Amino acid sequence: MNSVNDRSRDIGPFVPAPDDDMLICRCEEITKGEIRQAVHDGMWTITEIRRYLRAGMGLCQGQTCSRLVKGIVARELGVSPAEIEPATSRVPMRPIQMRVFANEAKED
Amino acid sequence: MKSNAEVIVIGGGIIGNAAAYYLVKRGLSVIVLEGSDFIGNGGSSRNGGGVRQSGRDVRELPLVMYGIKNLWPTLSQELETDCEYHQDGNLRLGKNEKHKEILTKLATNAQSCGLDVRMIDAKEVKSINPYLSDEVTCASWCPTDGHANPLTTTLGYYKMARRSGVRFISGERVKELRMVKGRVRKVICESGDVFEGENILVAAGYDSRAILGTVGVDIPMTRSLLECLVTEAEPHMFDQMLGTAEADFYGHQTKHGSFVFGGSSGFEACNKDNGTPISSSKTAPCICRGIMKYFPDLADAKIVRTWAGWSDKCADGVAVVGAIDEVPGLYTSCAMSGHGFGIGPAAGHQLAQLIATGTTDVDLSTLRYDRFKAKI
Repeated sequence: MNSVNDRSRDIGPFVPAPDDDMLICRCEEITKGEIRQAVHDGMWTITEIRRYLRAGMGLCQGQTCSRLVKGIVARELGVSPAEIEPATSRVPMRPIQMRVFANEAKED
Repeated sequence: MKSNAEVIVIGGGIIGNAAAYYLVKRGLSVIVLEGSDFIGNGGSSRNGGGVRQSGRDVRELPLVMYGIKNLWPTLSQELETDCEYHQDGNLRLGKNEKHKEILTKLATNAQSCGLDVRMIDAKEVKSINPYLSDEVTCASWCPTDGHANPLTTTLGYYKMARRSGVRFISGERVKELRMVKGRVRKVICESGDVFEGENILVAAGYDSRAILGTVGVDIPMTRSLLECLVTEAEPHMFDQMLGTAEADFYGHQTKHGSFVFGGSSGFEACNKDNGTPISSSKTAPCICRGIMKYFPDLADAKIVRTWAGWSDKCADGVAVVGAIDEVPGLYTSCAMSGHGFGIGPAAGHQLAQLIATGTTDVDLSTLRYDRFKAKI
């Protein structure tokens, strides 16, 4: 954690690709091209991609697409996917109805 | 790569990014140092998205009103990013006489600043938002309030500032500031990197306290935990920003359809700190119970995610924004007290103007860093 990351490093221009309209995040319907463009807009971490595009923020919370997103970001940055930190997993594990979640305590 | 600039901004949250954007637009060179690995990682991504004037202290109102009048309406176009700004009013809800008293006092204070906010009865509340439960008996209503997406707004400023040549470095934690010939000049980082700036803006949330402390400035603040939750996308229900008299929860429905609510359990001051500001198991269920009392229809909405983080709470609950007289070249915007998102664009804009020209459109004297006096 906390490794110095200069966001002005040159990663080259965004070059359109034939598969840019391929859906990567199915829950939020985010395409490969949108993710690649976001990297060129400065979103160099999975956390920023999530906040900027909602990729991996839908019903499955990235359980389906996170590896794919990681691969796309790494390739765009020209680094190994191992260098890309995964996003933080959050409570709850599965989507849960408010009325059920609220049962953690009952009012008198 | 150059490590000196006309302005070094410490903190890559909404205020640091906005200031960087407005500074580079004025032709100044800027470097932004973000301590965490992610841009916008503090309160900027841990709030309910309110862009509010109602319920705010009168000392803060002129700055937030300036932003709502001059910056927010065109921000999405300017940043080429959908900030999802909605100006459809804020309802602050009450259920009993005590709530009514709190709301009336807040409304009266805001009216004295020229803000259009008024008390409304249960019937009018229902006509504005038909989904509210019958328990709601009154509300304060401010039609010019609204909400936006804190994540895209913060990253939108980052994107545009970076595109205009601002150098952003994440994972660069600042250890200390150093004076050279009577002016603040050097920024020493934990990594060993050293940056030099003619002006330094500290907008690093709670970490601002320790950083400012290295040049002898102390702003009385504590950390306060914020927790938020988000539901799955729901059919469109309403566009207002919501809060309650007792601040047990606040939030709105986003453009995406999901509901984002923030709130608290009352145990925030003594939550266990296990090294990451992780959400507590008590808080989200507590927020859910609060929401269901006001919005029975949302009981079946599914929560997909909860998250928490720290905001910087000032001793008097009001932000500190401006220049620090004793340390020439030093500026700060910190201790935002949970109001940093709505006020962020205006704070960044006015600080950029102050640094570039020495003047501001909004009188910042009520937000001075040296206003704190002991009680006797």
